[in-house]
Amino acid sequence: MTPPMLEITDLHASVEGNEILRGVSLTVRTGEVHAIMGPNGSGKSTLAQVLAGHPAYAVTAGSVRYDGKDLLDMDPEERAREGIFLAFQYPVSIRGITNSYFLRSAVNAIRKHKGLDELDPLDFLQVLEDKLKVIGWDDSLMNRAVNEGFSGGEKKRNEILQLAVLEPRLSILDETDSGLDIDALKTVAEAVNKLRGPDRSFIVVTHYQRLLNYIVPDHVHVLAEGRIVKSGGKALALALEEKGYDWLKPAAAAGTTA
Amino acid sequence: MTSIETQVLQPYKYGFTTDIDADIVPPGLSEDVIRLISTKKGEPEWMLEWRLKAYRHWLTMREPTWANVKYGPIDYQAISYYAAPKQLPKLDSLDQVDPKLLETFDKLGIPIAEQKRLSGVAVDAVFDSVSVATTFRAELAKHGVIFCPMSEAIREHPDLVKQYLGTVVPTNDNFFAALNSAVFTDGSFAFIPKGVRCPLELSTYFRINASSTGQFERTLIIAEDGSHVSYLEGCSAPTRDENQLHAAVVELVALDNAQIKYSTIQNWYPGDEAGKGGIYNFVTKRGACRGKNSKISWTQVETGSAITWKYPGCLLQGDGSIGEFYSVAVTNHRQQADTGTKMIHIGKNTKSTIVSKGISAGHGQNTYRGLVKIMKGADGARNYSQCDSMLIGSECGAHTFPYIDVRNSTAIMEHEASTSKIGEDQIFYCKQRGLSAEDAVSMIVNGFCKEVFKELPMEFAVEAQNLLGISLEGSVG
Repeated sequence: MTPPMLEITDLHASVEGNEILRGVSLTVRTGEVHAIMGPNGSGKSTLAQVLAGHPAYAVTAGSVRYDGKDLLDMDPEERAREGIFLAFQYPVSIRGITNSYFLRSAVNAIRKHKGLDELDPLDFLQVLEDKLKVIGWDDSLMNRAVNEGFSGGEKKRNEILQLAVLEPRLSILDETDSGLDIDALKTVAEAVNKLRGPDRSFIVVTHYQRLLNYIVPDHVHVLAEGRIVKSGGKALALALEEKGYDWLKPAAAAGTTA
Repeated sequence: MTSIETQVLQPYKYGFTTDIDADIVPPGLSEDVIRLISTKKGEPEWMLEWRLKAYRHWLTMREPTWANVKYGPIDYQAISYYAAPKQLPKLDSLDQVDPKLLETFDKLGIPIAEQKRLSGVAVDAVFDSVSVATTFRAELAKHGVIFCPMSEAIREHPDLVKQYLGTVVPTNDNFFAALNSAVFTDGSFAFIPKGVRCPLELSTYFRINASSTGQFERTLIIAEDGSHVSYLEGCSAPTRDENQLHAAVVELVALDNAQIKYSTIQNWYPGDEAGKGGIYNFVTKRGACRGKNSKISWTQVETGSAITWKYPGCLLQGDGSIGEFYSVAVTNHRQQADTGTKMIHIGKNTKSTIVSKGISAGHGQNTYRGLVKIMKGADGARNYSQCDSMLIGSECGAHTFPYIDVRNSTAIMEHEASTSKIGEDQIFYCKQRGLSAEDAVSMIVNGFCKEVFKELPMEFAVEAQNLLGISLEGSVG
C-alpha cells in the first residue's frame, strides 16, 4: 500500500466559538480520489478551509499530517507551496491584476520555495500553453482581471485552470459543481480527470452525487454534524443519491455524547 | 486585532541627513528676510516688489482650516526661510558641484554626474533652497527648450517670467500660495517653444536637508502653441522629530494645441508610527489650458508627508481643452491627506477626467476633495469623475467631498465612487496560491491603482509601484 499523503486524526475545529468539526479522521493515500459528501451545514467546507489554513477557523483538537509533517503548524502560503491547492467555492476577485500575472506570481512563489529559477513572462506563457493544451481549454480567461466580472461558471473554470498550472500534489475541490450547468460541469470534470495521476491526490467536496458520475472517486465519505458517519466505495454515492442523507442521521446521533 | 491590522514600524528609506556646511538665514519672517533672500538670489527690483506685495497681502490672510486634517499651530517665525549649501556651484559645470551633494542625489537614485545620468531624463536637482545642478541643458537648448532653476530664469529670462509668473496662481490666491510668493527660493522653470516636442523627460528632484527650515519652491512651465512636454517631480526628506513645512506653488500654461503632462511622486518623510515628525505638504498646483485644444494632465502618487493639502487643478479656458487628474494617495500610520482637484470649465466643449484612488492603512485618514465647475459659457462640457477608496484594517478612514457646480445645462457629468476593504478572504486566497501576505497586499493595491500607474512615464511607473510597497510595508501581518 502507498504511504498516506494526508492523515487527519480526530480533528476538531470551530469558527467564532461554534464547533463545526467534531472529530474527523481520514487518510488519503497518494493517487487516491476521495469524495466528501454530506448535507448542508455538516462541515464539508469547513474541513476544506481548515486544511488550507483559513485564519477564521480555530483547530481545537486533533492532528493533520501531510507527507509526515505537521500540517497545522504550517502557514497557508507554506501549505500551498508544499503542494496543497484549494479550489474555492467562492473565489474572490482582484481588480486590475490579470489572471496571467497572478498565476505567474503564484507559480514563481512555489518555484522559489522549491529552489527553482523564477519564470519570466515568456517562459510562463509557454508553460501556460502546455497546461491549457492538457485540459483542452483556450486562454480567454488569462488576460482578464482575476475573477473580476466572471460568471459563476467562469470562476469555477478558473479555479481548475489554476490547479492545472500549479500542479499541486493534493487538490481540494470545494463544491466546484455548485452553480454549474451540466455542460460546464462536464467541462470542469473532464479537466480534473486529465489532471489525475499516480502522484496526485484529490479531495472532492460535494453536496450532490452528480459530479461523481464524472469524477469517479476511489472512496466516498459522508460527513454529518462534524464527523464522518459512513465511508465506502463509489456505490455509497449512488445510495445517497437514491435515499438522501436522512437514513444516516441516526448513526450520527448515536455517535454524539450528550 | 486581526492579523491584517497588526502594524509594525515601516522603514523610511530616504531618511538620512547630508552633513554639509550650509548658509542658513536665522528663523523668522519679515520684509528684511525677504529682501535678504532676493539679494542672495541676485534678483531684479521688480521681483523683490512682487514678493513684498505678496508678503503684505499674506499678513492679512488666515491659515485655512476647512481641510479634513488636524495639526498643531505652525509658528511661522520659528521657520528658517533660506538654507543653501555653501560653495554654490557654477551650474554649467558639474565638476564644481560639492561631491557630497552628488553623493546625496546618487543615494536617492537621482544620479546627476555626467557618466551616470538617467538617459532620456533631464534633471534639475534642488537641495533645500537652491538648485545644485541641472543636467542635459545644452542638449535641450538645441531644441530651444529652456530648463533651468527658477532663480536663474528670473535673471536670464525676465520677460518670460514677468509675462507668466503668478498668472495661474495669483499671489493672493490662498494663504500658502501668498507665503510662497513672498519667500520662494528655487524650483524649476521650463519653456517649450512653439511646435517643439520636448526630446527628454524633464524632472526636478526636491530634497529637504537642513532642519528647522521650510522649503518653498516655485515651478513654472510654459508650453507654447503645439508643443509637448512631460515633466516629473520627486521629493524626499530626512527622518526628524520636528514637522517641516513645504509650501510649493506650481503653475502650468498650455497655449493652443499644447500638451503638458505633469507627474509627481511625493515621498516626503511621513513621520513615525506614532505620528511624530513628518513634512506638512501644503501645495498649490494649477494649470491653465489657455489655448484651444490644449491639454494638461496631472498624475500624482502621494505616499509621503505627515499632512498633505493639495489640489492640482486645471482652468479649461481654451475651447476644446482637456484637463486630467490621476491620483493615488496613501496614508499609513498617522498620516493625513486631504487631496483632490479642481476642474474649472470655461471654454466650450472642454473635457475633464478625474480618477482618484485613496488607500488608507493604520490610523491614516484619506480625504478626496474635488471641485468640478462648469461656467455659464462652457457649452458641451463633459466631466467624468471616479473616486475609489481602499481601507486596510479598521482604524483608518476614507472620506470623499465632491463639489459640483454646473451653470450650463448642456454639461454632461458622470461621477462614480466606491469603497473597498482588503479583507482576510482576499489575502487568504492569494496565500492559498503560495503568495506571502506582503506580496498579496502589494498585488491587490497595485491592481487597485492600475488606472493611475499607467499614466506615469514608463521609467517611473516601476518606481511608483515599489514605493507603494514600501509605504504599506507592515500594514498587514
